[in-house]
Amino acid sequence: MLGYALRRVAVAVPTILILIVTCFVLMKTAPGGPFTSERPLPPQVLANIEARYGLDQPEWKQLLGYLRNILLHFDFGPSFQYKDRDVNDVIAQGFPITLTYGILSFIVASVAGISLGVAAAVRQNSWLDYLAVGFSFSAQALPNFVMGPILILVFALYLGWLPGGGWNGGQWQYLVLPVIALSTSYVASIARITRSSMLEVLNANFIRTAVAKGLPMRTVIWRHAMKPTMMPVVSYLSPVFVYVITGSVFVDIYFSTGGLGQSYVNSALSRDYAVLLGVTILYGVLTILFNLITDLLYAWLDPKVRY
Amino acid sequence: MAALTGSKPDPAPRGRSLLEDAALRFLRNRAATGAAGVLGLLVFFVILGPFLAEWNYEEIDWTTIGDVRTLGAPSLASGHYFGTDDLGRDLYSRTLQGARTSLLVGFVGAAVAMVVGTAYGAVAGYAGGRLDDLMMRKVDILLAIPSTLVIILLMVIFERSLLMLFVGLGLTGWLTMSRVVRGQTLGLRTREFIEAARAAGVSDSMILWRHILPNLLGVVIVYASLLVPEMILAESFISFLGLGVQEPNTSLGALIAEGAGTMGYGTLWQLLFPLSFFLLTIITLYFVGDGLRDAFDPKDG
Amino acid sequence: MPLFDIRNLSVSFDTPDGRVDAVRNVSLSIEPGECLGVVGESGSGKSQTFLAAMGLLSRNGCATGSVRLGGRELLGIATDRLNRIRGSEMTMVFQDPLTALTPHLRIADQMAEVVRTHSARRGSEVGKFCLEWLDKVRMPDAARRLRQYPHELSGGQRQRVMIAMAMLLSPKLLIADEPTTALDVTVQADILDLIADLQSSEGAAVALVTHDMGVVSRMCDRIEVMRDGVFVESAAAEEIFARPRHAYTRTLLDAVPRLDRPAPRNGLSGASPTLLRAVDVKVSFKVRMQGGLFGRTANLRAVDGVSFELAEGETLGLVGESGCGKSTLARAILQLVAPGGGRVFWLGHELTGLDARTLKRHRKDIQIVFQDPLASLDPRMTVSASIAEPLGTHRPDLSSSERRRLVSDMMERVGLSSRMMNRFPHELSGGQNQRVGIARAMITSPRLVVCDEAVSALDASVQAQILKLLKELRSEYGLSMIFISHDLSVVREVSDRVMVLYLGRVVELAGCDDLFEDPRHPYTRTLISAVPVPDPRIERSRRRIRLAGELPSALDPGSRLRFLPSRIDAGETDYVPRLEEVAPGHFVAEHDPFDQLNPAPSGSRWSAVA
Repeated sequence: MLGYALRRVAVAVPTILILIVTCFVLMKTAPGGPFTSERPLPPQVLANIEARYGLDQPEWKQLLGYLRNILLHFDFGPSFQYKDRDVNDVIAQGFPITLTYGILSFIVASVAGISLGVAAAVRQNSWLDYLAVGFSFSAQALPNFVMGPILILVFALYLGWLPGGGWNGGQWQYLVLPVIALSTSYVASIARITRSSMLEVLNANFIRTAVAKGLPMRTVIWRHAMKPTMMPVVSYLSPVFVYVITGSVFVDIYFSTGGLGQSYVNSALSRDYAVLLGVTILYGVLTILFNLITDLLYAWLDPKVRY
Repeated sequence: MAALTGSKPDPAPRGRSLLEDAALRFLRNRAATGAAGVLGLLVFFVILGPFLAEWNYEEIDWTTIGDVRTLGAPSLASGHYFGTDDLGRDLYSRTLQGARTSLLVGFVGAAVAMVVGTAYGAVAGYAGGRLDDLMMRKVDILLAIPSTLVIILLMVIFERSLLMLFVGLGLTGWLTMSRVVRGQTLGLRTREFIEAARAAGVSDSMILWRHILPNLLGVVIVYASLLVPEMILAESFISFLGLGVQEPNTSLGALIAEGAGTMGYGTLWQLLFPLSFFLLTIITLYFVGDGLRDAFDPKDG
Repeated sequence: MPLFDIRNLSVSFDTPDGRVDAVRNVSLSIEPGECLGVVGESGSGKSQTFLAAMGLLSRNGCATGSVRLGGRELLGIATDRLNRIRGSEMTMVFQDPLTALTPHLRIADQMAEVVRTHSARRGSEVGKFCLEWLDKVRMPDAARRLRQYPHELSGGQRQRVMIAMAMLLSPKLLIADEPTTALDVTVQADILDLIADLQSSEGAAVALVTHDMGVVSRMCDRIEVMRDGVFVESAAAEEIFARPRHAYTRTLLDAVPRLDRPAPRNGLSGASPTLLRAVDVKVSFKVRMQGGLFGRTANLRAVDGVSFELAEGETLGLVGESGCGKSTLARAILQLVAPGGGRVFWLGHELTGLDARTLKRHRKDIQIVFQDPLASLDPRMTVSASIAEPLGTHRPDLSSSERRRLVSDMMERVGLSSRMMNRFPHELSGGQNQRVGIARAMITSPRLVVCDEAVSALDASVQAQILKLLKELRSEYGLSMIFISHDLSVVREVSDRVMVLYLGRVVELAGCDDLFEDPRHPYTRTLISAVPVPDPRIERSRRRIRLAGELPSALDPGSRLRFLPSRIDAGETDYVPRLEEVAPGHFVAEHDPFDQLNPAPSGSRWSAVA
């Protein structure tokens, strides 16, 4: 198991490096720099600015410097747009907010989705099953940017139960709508995957053996069927994590939470490559780390991959 | 069958191929065929609907300006069947235009992803060994980067255009496809009928073309059909953020964003019309994809 | 009163294509301590009968009638009442040991839960009890096995676990559903012995469900013959084999090839020219192994220096247990896997190392028929397209109508109506698909056909038909054949000479009758004695020679010298045993004298059981 874990880490590290280099190269090939605005700057001013950001150095040196700063100091360099702020400042301000409701949404999606899927599979063809299947089918078509307006319309504008936006230090009232908006469609898809996986497992030979042993159904499901059921679900959790991260961009804008997504889109619109790359790399690294976690989880579920 | 006893001496009755079997199963699935019918009507309407329009999608109806809430409301009399948007443009034409963009992006994006992903996955899986390792490691790395962010990055760095959107969606959409296809190919490669073909002296490229690809068909069709709504979702999301299709062109995502932005002002139709088109498209696509999967993989019959 | 009593049991399934009656109005009874055999071919409903009794039918299944164990009705009672009986008083062992155990639970956990559910034993007592039982089913290294996961055990070991689990609470009835079908013959012999021993020591009744006439003749007191959901004949074992009354029973018995009887030879004239010569052929694969930080790869020598010659018109049988390299050897000869060493000559031309184009010319002469009839045909091609495929490469000169005629002629020749031309494999039966496979192999008029377990996946009656077809084609076209099978009886039926492989090496090579009448190598002798003969009188008086333990892994360095331990003792672990000609044309690999291989019962490599 330890060997397996170390091997996965050994794969993750170069992946992160390649990610950073790719992003850097992409930025360098972009037509027009961050300072080519409508009003051309005098050449002397431009040269000064470029010197300040190290843009006058040969590109491989810039890359090495960029890599070194990120890997050794977690420093993504200065922002191109805000003269007095580093990329790190931007991240430090928005990231905790995004992370808070992102993780909450992820937990809600997994827990609700898995419970719903298991319940539906165990009571196949009951009203509960039909309800779950119906819900997961329609909810899949309700991505966050559709759920958002609907939720605000109903709960904030008409019913007035919950605030339609803002953060307010992360009080629960401010968390409810973003979390529902972000998690609904993943509750649905996780429930679907769990249900069909559980149904398949329940048809397996080893389940027949367990039933033939005279074990109560409860034991058969929890001890024998649960872990194998979770295998495809765990593989699906990585993409869900990515979707939640990307979806947070929308939530930040729509619910004005002040999270990192707002800065991301702002920097995209103003071509602030430093912030853009910094955030992309941060999200990419998060994804890679999460993939690592799911790989290990998978190894725990399936003794065959633990070598 | 009596109809077959014609004068032509063709004694061998036709068998039913797996593809025909799947088609029959699909046709028997009422939910899926119903959804396919609705989707067909939708496409038909989106293409022919503009002929009924009295305003085109970029014209501004100056008479509504100042009081969109009452003057811009949906009405047959004004010719704005779906009302107008905040700038006084005809929402009927804009919605149809947006739906066209979304569907185009969905189908073209899925087609690009399907072709690239299938070719890449099939070659990697059939070649196996070191080449397979190398090709799949690349896919793993690309998959580790959230795809929507990649598309945003591309749209920002290069100019924003429909073409760039296709490139971005195609660039990211084929990854999962190639993984699925590669896994299937690995399984197929060791099957005995492939060995039989090799023993008969059939060349590798011929085996790929004649044996591997036809046997991948089911999986490819199913995954491609699920890719279409995914592509539409991704495009809508990007357009929602204002980073997608550029004005005066629009897409469902952009229209939903605009409608959502103004829903506090009592112009709810601006949200509801694009939203219903969007939901109808996505839900029918999901039903069709699901029906295809059941048809090609009749495990739990 | 019988212990177990089934009255008028019917089982039906709701399928999308309508109701299917799998079992129709069947009655049987089993006395305490008795062994009842239920034989039938696939789809006869023999398994469903007992799954229904255990309450294990799939969701769309429905059973009516009556099933009683010790007088209590089992059909239709509440699940929690049934749960008190199944697993303790009535237990079941399934066919496929590879999938019948829960993959993520340790052996100890899977055994212990039976004890905890059905008895008052708790705590460390449970573990001790399970260990005791693993010892009773003669599990090697039992204490360690308890801590392992199913995938770390071999097929035979898993079946031992299944049996131990079924016997834990001394059930009154053990239902064994094809318990040895997925296992090698020597392992099968061990498992059958084990079941018989437990039957007598624990006094359990056994219901043995199988397709194998040899297995029932060895094990059963009484036999029910089942076909299409009904019992067609029911009698004492001796009676069935000596005087079968129903026509179907007779067909079944006639279809089974006999290991103990010489088959009529195909009358090969003395000096035929050599067609194929293999010299020191070696194939190895890299396998990933556990261990080290990044795992390690080991070299698995699947074929390890095999040489032989094949004469024109001759049939060479290739036998050995799984992992002995027989299929790999065939693929190396056909150049489907690249041999890692050695040379293969076809009519004096070397095949090894040829480029693809030159090799293609020879492929026309050497064809192969595979084991799984369905898997060996492209599911998306019509039958005639599959048969015609080799013509595309080898006879591009043919017009499409000529090709069509050739295909339809060949189809008629192998016993398929040419009306089936446009059918797809999934529309045909297993036997028909195998005929298609044979037609594809024969379409280029090859001179050598390799049959890789070509009849192993078929029911006995279909197997007999296909064997007959192969023999006809052989004499009609003057074919040579390499006939690979794990089934020694079938090999005896068709072969002129037989080669026995053990872990990639030849241990014995001789004329067919010589080998079966006078086997010299200890491994050949074990193998032959492990095959049950479908005649209870002969079978029960046979002396059995048995290997202690199972076939060792080919990766285990000592395993190759299993029959020559004196060399290991002498430190020559890389020694390669030579083939010695003990009689004209009878070659035997060097081995230590039989009794030296055969000392003390535990920890030894050998034991002989009468």
